[in-house]
Amino acid sequence: MNEEIKVLETYEQAVLERFPDWVRVDEREGYQGLLVESANLLPLMSDLRDELGYDLLTSLTGVDYLPEEKMEVVYHLFRSTGGAILEIKVQIPRSNPVVPSLVGLYPGAAFQEREAWDLLGIKFEGHPHLKRILMWEGFSGHPLRKDWQEVFYGDEKKPYEDRWPKGKTKKIEADNPYQENIAYPEGFNPETWIPEPAEFLFKGSIPLEQEEEFDTEKLVVNLGPQHPSTHGVFRMVATLDGETVVDLEPVMGYLHRNHEKIGEKNTFAMNMPYTDRLDYFCSMSNNFGYALAVEKLLGEKYHPPERAQYIRVIMAELTRVLNHFMAIGFFLNDLGAYFTPALYTIKERELILDIFEAVAGSRMMCNYFRFGGVVRDLPQGMEEHIREMAYERLPRQIDELDRYLVENEIVVSRGQGVGVLTPEQAIGLSAAGPVLRASGVPYDIRRADPYSIYDRFDFDVAVRYHGDVYDRFLIRFDEIRQSIRILQQAIDSIPQGEVLANKPAYKFKMPVGEAYGRVEGPKGELGFYVVSDGTDNPWRYHVRAPSFINLTGLRQMCLGEKVADLVAILGSIDIVLGEVDR
Amino acid sequence: MPDELNKPEYNIPPELEGTVAITTLDRIYNWGRRYSVWPMFFGLACCAIEMIATAGARFDLARFGMEIMRPSPRQCDLMIVSGTVTKKMIPQVVRLYNQMPEPKYVLSMGACACGGGPFKRGYNVIAGVDKYIPVDVYVPGCPPTPQALLYGLIKIQEKIDKESVKEVRWYQKEEDPGIPVPILGPDLIDLRDFPELLERVTQKEDQA
Repeated sequence: MNEEIKVLETYEQAVLERFPDWVRVDEREGYQGLLVESANLLPLMSDLRDELGYDLLTSLTGVDYLPEEKMEVVYHLFRSTGGAILEIKVQIPRSNPVVPSLVGLYPGAAFQEREAWDLLGIKFEGHPHLKRILMWEGFSGHPLRKDWQEVFYGDEKKPYEDRWPKGKTKKIEADNPYQENIAYPEGFNPETWIPEPAEFLFKGSIPLEQEEEFDTEKLVVNLGPQHPSTHGVFRMVATLDGETVVDLEPVMGYLHRNHEKIGEKNTFAMNMPYTDRLDYFCSMSNNFGYALAVEKLLGEKYHPPERAQYIRVIMAELTRVLNHFMAIGFFLNDLGAYFTPALYTIKERELILDIFEAVAGSRMMCNYFRFGGVVRDLPQGMEEHIREMAYERLPRQIDELDRYLVENEIVVSRGQGVGVLTPEQAIGLSAAGPVLRASGVPYDIRRADPYSIYDRFDFDVAVRYHGDVYDRFLIRFDEIRQSIRILQQAIDSIPQGEVLANKPAYKFKMPVGEAYGRVEGPKGELGFYVVSDGTDNPWRYHVRAPSFINLTGLRQMCLGEKVADLVAILGSIDIVLGEVDR
Repeated sequence: MPDELNKPEYNIPPELEGTVAITTLDRIYNWGRRYSVWPMFFGLACCAIEMIATAGARFDLARFGMEIMRPSPRQCDLMIVSGTVTKKMIPQVVRLYNQMPEPKYVLSMGACACGGGPFKRGYNVIAGVDKYIPVDVYVPGCPPTPQALLYGLIKIQEKIDKESVKEVRWYQKEEDPGIPVPILGPDLIDLRDFPELLERVTQKEDQA
């Protein structure tokens, strides 16, 4: 293992040697990666992708360095064959933040660049549809800029002094003229203001004109945001020719809860419960990713003790089982088997939630992980309970579901050959997790870049090769089985001992620097990019949400399919809106 | 015939107990409605998952006659606002509320829908759905447990019990105009605030 990492480190050197004029090492304290001028970005990236094999652009984000009057765009690159990170950064002046768009090289950058434009106001030259993605078109300002203040703005950072002036509570609404969370820009006149036309949303690349030869009209069909099959408040605008989808525009942001802006005001420890609410099925995995990222910043002192490592793995794998059970149930819902399969899977979820409630005190929002371990030990008898689940209950239930569902004729005929994503497309579109692996790319972070103690367990990376809806459905069964294997090994070898490396604390002495921590969440790569300026609060806090980035491929999967398959394709990606919109 | 329908003042002969009920119009009207409250199948955020769990086998919403979740607002009696209401979503929520036929009830589920919750200071978050639509029952929690949601639903039933045909708003003469749907401008524009907003702008222009 170590040997491979060494080779990769020399690869970073190789990049330096290959382009001595273009890149330089980021020498700021606590930072890593390579800096490049925006003019050289495109040739560098194209060479990295084609020659050095960095074909997976997993994360793209921006950071606003207000004191230095700079914006920085951060690219996190990996190789789809596995290995460590390569971080590329571009610094641009804050007054005119323009970088070339990478959509041509990495189509998976499309949504992330739109997000960076929406929230930070970074322009990506050459992006085909550079419009807002989370907020609506016409919203004033770019909220994640450091000098943009929200309406309920009082103090810079938590804990807020303005809530308790002289020991009395004060409602923040009282300061606002409308007593609500609303502010209008200077010079806004509601009488002369013209709203953005609705067509702007679904103005796709294909014109809605009649064809000359045949008298067929194209039709725009809107699904959502209130639609029972969109798994929340997601919206798809499909252009149809007959029943065939010729264009599709995903519209999101209906659950944009400003996770990152709030995260920058919280202290590091305060963000832990907020991560629960990202992907609200998998709060334990979300905790895991965030804890890993901050532990990277904090250094060796906060390395979790052995027992905590095992508890973390057990909880993360239980989460994966839970999430895939629910994904299977809801997918069958989407196919029309309304609620009966889901009832079976909800039953298993309840049993796993009982474990979470016992260890963390809450069913869904566990807030169980801490920097350097977990908050408390397993309660008495819990190990036995988990052992019974891992050896008896879960294997039996997954076999039962397998028997009922997998060879079901309707599932097979609606799934096979529908919504195909080839391996090349999946990698290009930065897909992650089951979506990527169902397309035949055996990329699992637990193997490709092991974190925590995953290198100790014996398990197979689930992979399927057709890339269609049916394979994305089957791979969830495979992954549950592998997770159960890990659970069995972990519960058998869990040692006794401490569960927290340090004393419980509210504040941590944070070194200056950046860290990118990632875990293989149930839905794909869940990454947290944290920048610390040495204070109690993160300077930048970015979430690389797998559901959000997996949706980049939705259009590709849907083109040429029938309108009735849209819902099945969306169900097979398994999105959670809390994570898509954050 | 359940005995709960009987009006206590009337004595029913022992041989007819359980088959005949002497009741009032209000009682039988409310009794029919309270056991067939159809919620809207409409999830906003995390709380929606607990709402689905409530419909699952362990908590079993069907015991209250509420298991028929309808995705269309035209067929619903109860809107469970399950999760954070954002500015981008509120036009749809208000529109859905307007589309529901009377009698209609709103249950605000979770801290976010009740008052913004942990996301209250967010720039895209509405600090409570009651700023736009009238809420009948608030269920706190983040997210509320299924038990808490069931308790809230029982409170809706109790509220239904207390209503009278003579006074309910859907049998009044004046027509309900509905709530104006907010518009997404540079920020959310609430049309009920429009006069005030205009006044402010003109004041500013006068000063300048």
